[in-house]
Amino acid sequence: MIPDENLTKAVISLQVETSCKIVEKTCPNPHAVRLTLEVGDMVRTSYRGPGQFVHIKCGEGRLLRRPISVCVCSEDEPSDLLSVVFEIRGAGTAWLAARREGESLDVLGLLGNGFTMSPEGRYLLVGGGIGVPPMYGCAFCGGQCDAILGFRDASHALLTEDFEEICTTVAIATEDGSLGKKGFVTGPAEALLTKNRYDGVLCCGPRPMLKAVSALAARYGVPCQVSLEERMACGVGACLGCAVSMADGSMKHVCKDGPIFNASEVDWNG
Amino acid sequence: MADMRVNLAGVALKNPVTMASGTFGFGREYGQLYDIDRLGGISVKGLTPRLRAGNPSPRIAETPMGMLNSVGLQNPGVDAFIAHELPELKKHDLAIIANISGSTPEEYGEMCEKLSAAGVDMIEVNISCPNVKAGGLAYGTRPELAAEVTAVAKAHAAVPVMVKLSPNVTDITEIARAVEGAGADAISLINTLRGMAIDVNTRRPILKMNTGGLSGPAVLPVAVRMVWEVAGAVKVPILGMGGISSGADAAQMMLAGASAVAVGAAAFADPMAPLRVLEELEAICDRQGLHSVRALTGAVQPW
Repeated sequence: MIPDENLTKAVISLQVETSCKIVEKTCPNPHAVRLTLEVGDMVRTSYRGPGQFVHIKCGEGRLLRRPISVCVCSEDEPSDLLSVVFEIRGAGTAWLAARREGESLDVLGLLGNGFTMSPEGRYLLVGGGIGVPPMYGCAFCGGQCDAILGFRDASHALLTEDFEEICTTVAIATEDGSLGKKGFVTGPAEALLTKNRYDGVLCCGPRPMLKAVSALAARYGVPCQVSLEERMACGVGACLGCAVSMADGSMKHVCKDGPIFNASEVDWNG
Repeated sequence: MADMRVNLAGVALKNPVTMASGTFGFGREYGQLYDIDRLGGISVKGLTPRLRAGNPSPRIAETPMGMLNSVGLQNPGVDAFIAHELPELKKHDLAIIANISGSTPEEYGEMCEKLSAAGVDMIEVNISCPNVKAGGLAYGTRPELAAEVTAVAKAHAAVPVMVKLSPNVTDITEIARAVEGAGADAISLINTLRGMAIDVNTRRPILKMNTGGLSGPAVLPVAVRMVWEVAGAVKVPILGMGGISSGADAAQMMLAGASAVAVGAAAFADPMAPLRVLEELEAICDRQGLHSVRALTGAVQPW
């Protein structure tokens, strides 16, 4: 699937597609699964930007859907295409990982707001672990993108070659040094922020990483957007489950107000 | 085709399927997916006199066939609801039930006056929220306090008053009789059951508030039993809720004694669940040759 960089922003929002066929299943590493789905006209009707998510029903025995960030999506005929990459974290994602090509999934989407990007802009994309896949979608939406990808170790690395194809610079960091530079993403991020002038830093990964990267971006005076996570029920803003504290004391919701937030509005100590 | 219209304490519903408070916001979100006018009514997100930010996250924990929540009555406050949400809702053809929570009887009275004047169809007095410290559940577990709040709400409301009961009591019929005696026009039940889930690896409760309210299919049999008990104890109509996710579930609730039902957490799994419940309930009525869905209410034949 080639993502379409000229996707039109949707006017209508969210829909439920009960029968999304899995057209491709791959394993980018021993811990992760990538599924490419036919999603009807979901991308045409509800795409707002990279970083949105879909809410996938994971079998009959579990009440709640699983929110998973979109890696890349495209308008297509006869059906739009969308891919997600996820790790097995519990019974729901284990069920999802056991699906085969040709089977169908019940998908609610596209949900959330997505990153705000300008097609001419220069961006520094920072992804950590399973936060890396949505950054790949971002790589198609800017004028020029550099990427820093952080993983626990080499066995958890994913999409590195895909990023290398499309990004100007790709730096990899692993906690144990088994791939790329040893350490966290903040080292390479600071090196690139010193060297280049960016229109924005976009970040998805574990919360401590988001906090560190947003502090770094602030120090270099570059606007930073982060993708937040929280335990979620409805996915559409009705149940008010996935609340996150904002710096001004208010509560916002990951599913409806996010998942992408300006780093400056987030209460990082909350 | 069976007649699906029902009457809940003088409020005409075009069908018995409503949305439970706290699961449907003010109708805007799911309104993007389907025409909410197909529902009989909506009980809006629980309102308080002033804006409430709600509890810290995590507020949600999945449990076997259910979920815990500890949202904590996050809402914009009754005045903001009347100014910004109610006008939008009133464009729709469905009963608007305003769910209210206060920390004193006076607060309940004040909200009843404002909401009656603003033109809601019914007020649902929440005396059973497990997730707030003041008021809430305390009113719902003591018959004399439940009666006091009901009486104050009745005195200030110009529309029918329904009282929402907590299942977290030893004898729910005692509370039901108390609120009926204080003038409640209808009773809704059940609110969520208090529960807890613990992460074995971190040894921390999943919810930041430690405990929360259980809902979803797991609670259906408890809800059906309690509706049945309350139906045997009072004469006022009952709005039955708790774990309904199919037409058969709704029919069970009505057979146990409910005049109408509310769907809640099922919509999180399947956003179209409320409409599916309605269609399936209609099909059951047709299959059983009923002229009206009302024939189900209280028609259980206990052994």
